[in-house]
This record gives sequence, structure tokens and C-alpha cells, in this order.
Amino acid sequence: MTDPNTSPSIELDDTTRAELERAGIIVSKVDFLYNWARGGSVWPLTFGLACCAIEMIASATSRFDISRFGSEVFRPSPRQADLMIVSGTVTKKMAPQVVRIYNQMPEPKWVIAMGACAISGGPFKQGYNVLKGIDRYIPVDVYLPGCPPRPEAVLQSLNYLQEKIRTQDIKSDPAFTEGRRQYPIPEFTGTDLNPPYNPEVWQPPVNPNPQTIKEEKEASA
Amino acid sequence: MSQPIDHETIIHRFSGVEWDDKFSALIVPVTEATAVAKWLRDDNKYLLDYCSNVTGVDYLDREIKEKVENEEGKMETVTRIDPSRIEVVYHLYSMEKHTGPFTIKQRTERNKPVVQSLTPIWRSCELQEREIFDLFGVNFIAHPDQRRILMWDEFEGHPMRKDYVEPFDYEWEPTPHDEILDKHQRGKVIV
Repeated sequence: MTDPNTSPSIELDDTTRAELERAGIIVSKVDFLYNWARGGSVWPLTFGLACCAIEMIASATSRFDISRFGSEVFRPSPRQADLMIVSGTVTKKMAPQVVRIYNQMPEPKWVIAMGACAISGGPFKQGYNVLKGIDRYIPVDVYLPGCPPRPEAVLQSLNYLQEKIRTQDIKSDPAFTEGRRQYPIPEFTGTDLNPPYNPEVWQPPVNPNPQTIKEEKEASA
Repeated sequence: MSQPIDHETIIHRFSGVEWDDKFSALIVPVTEATAVAKWLRDDNKYLLDYCSNVTGVDYLDREIKEKVENEEGKMETVTRIDPSRIEVVYHLYSMEKHTGPFTIKQRTERNKPVVQSLTPIWRSCELQEREIFDLFGVNFIAHPDQRRILMWDEFEGHPMRKDYVEPFDYEWEPTPHDEILDKHQRGKVIV
């Protein structure tokens, strides 16, 4: 472990630490202990939106067994959950409820966007009733692509999340410094949600080469 | 299971009912729909006690070219206009007699579509008629709970109508194609 964030000790080199350990002294950081404990017991929220939820459920069965990674306790209440797995298509009608559930979760909380639909709208992106990615309203920690992803991929995304949790700094991470993060719940209008995205969380993609548009406009004029 | 169901009896019994041979469907006028449906459900010959599917179909005005033999015996191309309309289609089965499907249709105009709700006859129509109300904008007389089901209440328009225009919410994409390319071109003018 050479990464200073994940390493239990920054100042000590490995040989010194090994010597100390032989003498019965373990030198560590509170961060390391906190994150190690948290990462080993991530409680997901029980909720599914579409077919990805079936794969999520399969990852909790004996064949794939998500409890090997400490996440078998699916909580039916957002008040007791650490992790939100957005598994499936988020329709515009459902999006306010998803944001509301996220707001109800206590800190620290994490989000996995599972499947193409939750990431970007997927095959329904150009439709009139599907949200083009849940990351427009709430911050997403791990993007898990697939349509739907295999249960193994769910487990791998959990591993990535645990890796991320291990690098969190308690002093500076927004999960610990800002209190409970809550985001405004979008409202329904005649055609779309208002606002269509939360600019604090997400910005629409920008054309890196706007010159081409200008030229074509001049050519057409 | 699916023996053809005799439709002649129905046509003789109810005056306004027609048989559409092309689609094998019974076309029922809105005013007679409840009576026909009740009779189909209760008559011992039919006992169509189960409505498995209700759906809507939207037709715009369209020209149909047909080749017809004229008086001189030559083939001639005739153009006629198939009028715009909305049809509400019901697929019926008989659990008692193991027959079906039997199709009945209600026709209505596109501008102000109103048909008779058959939820009082077959309870299974309720949600599907709500869906048609939501997506096609058809009003159902005597529906117990007519409101939107898939879209939110504030939504404007009926997305399954052929002339529905979806909101323009294009965002820049690196590799637009097909319909997205069209939106890309339109998006440029706005940018």
C-alpha cells in the first residue's frame, strides 16, 4: 500500500511499521479505521426501477452472494441506508421520487447508477418521458454500464465503491463536512421537469469545437 | 382454442354493427357499445367473459390508390381518401368456452374523441382505458376513474398520437446520427 490516502501511516515506512507491529504496536489513522469499517458494511436501499433490479436482486442470491462484500443488508427505509443503487430506467415521472429518497438518506451516502438507462437514458434517451441520466439531479459515485449489467458487474461496482470509500478524507469530504446533502426536487411542467437538470450537480456537454457550427451557419446563410 | 366466432348473429341482432372482413373485427357504434358488449358477455352462445387487451389506433387522413375496372373494361387507378379517425380495440376471450380472441372496435373522430367505456362490463378494461385516455386523449363515457396513468397530470399532449411533436431538448453530442442528426442540425440554428 503506497497510496498515502489509503496507507494507514504516512510518516512511517514499511520496515519501521513492521518492527512496531512485532512489538505489538499498530500505528494507524482514524480515517483508515473509519473507512475500512464503512466500506465493509455498505447497506444498500431496497428499491428497483426496471429490469436492472432483477440483476441487482440476483447479486444478493446465494449464487453471487453480495454478502461476501458486506452489503447483504438491503434496508427498506432510506433512513437506514448508505447506498442507493439506481437500478433501471428513471422516467421523468419517477425522478422527483428518486431525488426525494436520496434527500432522506443520512450521511455518508453513496450512489451507484446501474445500467445504461440510469447513466444516460440509454435506448430511451431521445424519448419524451425518460430522464437522460440520474446524475442530472444527484451526484453519482460509480457508473455501472450494461443493459442490464451482470451480477458480477454489480459486485465489481461495489468493489470500486469500497475503493473510493477507502480514499475518503473525513476532514474534507462533503459527506462529513456539509451535513446531510439535499438537492432540490424537480417539478412537473407541461413538457418536461423543471429544472431539466441541477446545474450544481451536472452541466450539459459543450461542443469542444464550436467553430464548425459557425462555419456551417455562415454557409447556410 | 381459436375457432372462428360466428359474427352473423350479432350483425342481425344489432342494427349499427358492422363486420370488417379485412381486420376480422366487429365495428360497434359508440351508442350501442354497452349493449353489444353486455350481450357478448352474457349470451350463452358467446360468453366472452374476459377482456385481455384494450388499445388505441390513430389514423391520419391518407390517400389510397386502387385499381378498378371501369365501364369500358380497362383498369383505372382511383384515388380515395381514408378518413382520419381513432379506433379503440378490445380483444375478448371466453374462459368458459375456450374461444377467442374476438375483436371489437369503437371508432371516433380525431378532433373530439369520445367512446363508451366498457369497464362496467369487463373490469379489466379500467387501467388500459386510462392508458388510452392518457396517450391518445380519448374520453371514455362512464369510466369510473378517468385520469392519466403513465404521464404526470400536468403533461400536455398525447404522445401516441401520430401528430405529436416531442419537446425539443437536444443537447450536443459528438456523433449524432439518424433522427438525432436532424435534431443536431436544428440545434445548430438555435445555438
